[in-house]
Amino acid sequence: MNNSFLTIAMPKGRIFEEAAELLRRAGFRLPPEFDDSRKLILEVEEENLRFILAKPMDVVTYVEHGVADIGIAGKDVMLEEERDVYELLDLKISACYLAVAGLPGTKISDIAPKIASKYPNVASSYFREQGEQVEIIKLNGSIELAPLIGLAERIVDIVSTGRTLKENGLVEYAKIANVTSRLVANPVSYRIKEARITEIVERLAEIIE
Amino acid sequence: MTKPFMFEKPLGMRDTLPVLYETKVSARNKMSDEIKKWGYQFIETPALEYYETIGEASAILDQQLFKLLDSQGHTLVLRPEMTAPIARVAASKLLKQQIPLRLAYSANVYRAQQREGGKPAEFEQIGIECIGNKSISADAEMIALLADALKAAGLQEFKISIGHIGFLQEFFLSILGTEERASILRKFLYEKNYVGYREHVKSLPLSSIDKQRLIEFTSLRGSEGTMGKALGLVENNKGQDSLAELKELSAQLKEFDVEQYVSFDLTLVSHMSYYTGTLFEVYAGQVGSPIGNGGRYDNLLEKFGWNASATGFAIRVDRLAEALGEPIQPVAPECILFSPERRLEAIGFAREKRSEGKSVTIQDITVVQNVDAFTRTFSEVHLFVGNGGNGKDE
Repeated sequence: MNNSFLTIAMPKGRIFEEAAELLRRAGFRLPPEFDDSRKLILEVEEENLRFILAKPMDVVTYVEHGVADIGIAGKDVMLEEERDVYELLDLKISACYLAVAGLPGTKISDIAPKIASKYPNVASSYFREQGEQVEIIKLNGSIELAPLIGLAERIVDIVSTGRTLKENGLVEYAKIANVTSRLVANPVSYRIKEARITEIVERLAEIIE
Repeated sequence: MTKPFMFEKPLGMRDTLPVLYETKVSARNKMSDEIKKWGYQFIETPALEYYETIGEASAILDQQLFKLLDSQGHTLVLRPEMTAPIARVAASKLLKQQIPLRLAYSANVYRAQQREGGKPAEFEQIGIECIGNKSISADAEMIALLADALKAAGLQEFKISIGHIGFLQEFFLSILGTEERASILRKFLYEKNYVGYREHVKSLPLSSIDKQRLIEFTSLRGSEGTMGKALGLVENNKGQDSLAELKELSAQLKEFDVEQYVSFDLTLVSHMSYYTGTLFEVYAGQVGSPIGNGGRYDNLLEKFGWNASATGFAIRVDRLAEALGEPIQPVAPECILFSPERRLEAIGFAREKRSEGKSVTIQDITVVQNVDAFTRTFSEVHLFVGNGGNGKDE
């Protein structure tokens, strides 16, 4: 089964380029049209590989259900989604962190302050660990807007350079967790296509760090 | 909460329509025939059990249990699995008659879903328990019977991964010293978080050799050399005993001629916390989750006041049906359409057909609004309409 067909779920957008570059460095012959193709499924026959391009948030979902054998997903997504997948390797790319931010010099109110986030589960468990009762507001993007317009007192979001926060006059209050991209695998594929997946893990592990 | 629509069912509950029904029946029957051939007896237990007995003995998380109160105020649970109820029956009655005891079941179990309502909260398991049998030949019997039953059900390709929770536990304890520390590492394995596992190992105050041993542990899976590598990692006798058990098991599986279906994976941990020795999971390539699992549980019977070791497995029938791939179409019956004055004739004809083993629907034609639409699904149509004439085939 060393050469069994393998489907890899790749995240579109920000993480994509670094992930593709990493795979190339590990010696995978990716098609040249990979980077600017609008296709969602790309096959590399000589490598016996198929790539699917998914929203970063959905990569773990495809992998959990087994339609993709392995995938590249951000730790932020894994913390939020808590999917049943193997986290095999820290790829150490697309580094950023999850943080709590808000307007400078403000204190959160005592009675259920509002927290806006794209990561409602992460936000909720973080504040629960702090012993704070909060109201979580789920947003899908431009989270920085929430404190500026008075929707929420704090936001929970990923920070990479801190520029977006700064430009919007926000400051960081607490760091929740470090985030990098991870190689994840479906539990069944991990056993049935064991040799192939182990080989990929080893190839990638060699070039990381 | 909004009022449910009339056609809605509680979260996670599903209807089984004819095609899936037939597919499941066929898979279940083939498996249970094979299980009976190995001398296991089927039993049934109630769907409702006491929370204090089955609920607590079961390895299913508390928040996944469906709980309700009976009229005396006792908390009840819908059984979340069958092993604990079987252990209860065995301990209270059957073990007094025979040891070792071989029992089988096919039953629906209930587990409340935490998220994504689409996943079934009620599903059928077919499985066996061999109680009062401490020998490795009982472990081998489980796996051999499992493989034979899956083959009998028509599954061509599947893989059984075998681990040993005792080995894992002793290995961790020998390096880490305390159960508390071992449980942290076990949790990483259980959560399938190898990155977290490695980071945690690096942060521990251990010698670099021990750290290396812990990290190499995660590669004790798959290919042939697993057992040899494992032997190189253990120091204490206990870990070696577990490995010797697995070696013996491996040899016995060759005798059963099922070794091509199994591989050893010492990193395997289960959500079933009562396992004490060998444990295993079954995978079929097309299905994204294990189709079944099993293992040895030597301490569960104690909870029911009987000191006996046991081993067993359970297969999820819905996932097995998915793995089999080919849905089984129900056999289309024949149809007799009759007008009231020829009803007697139609009834006689239908009785004759049924005695030949055919399925026959009889229908008064006067209430059928669209004959073409009604008769479309039947394999054959016989008309007993109007005066005289014989049943005419269409």
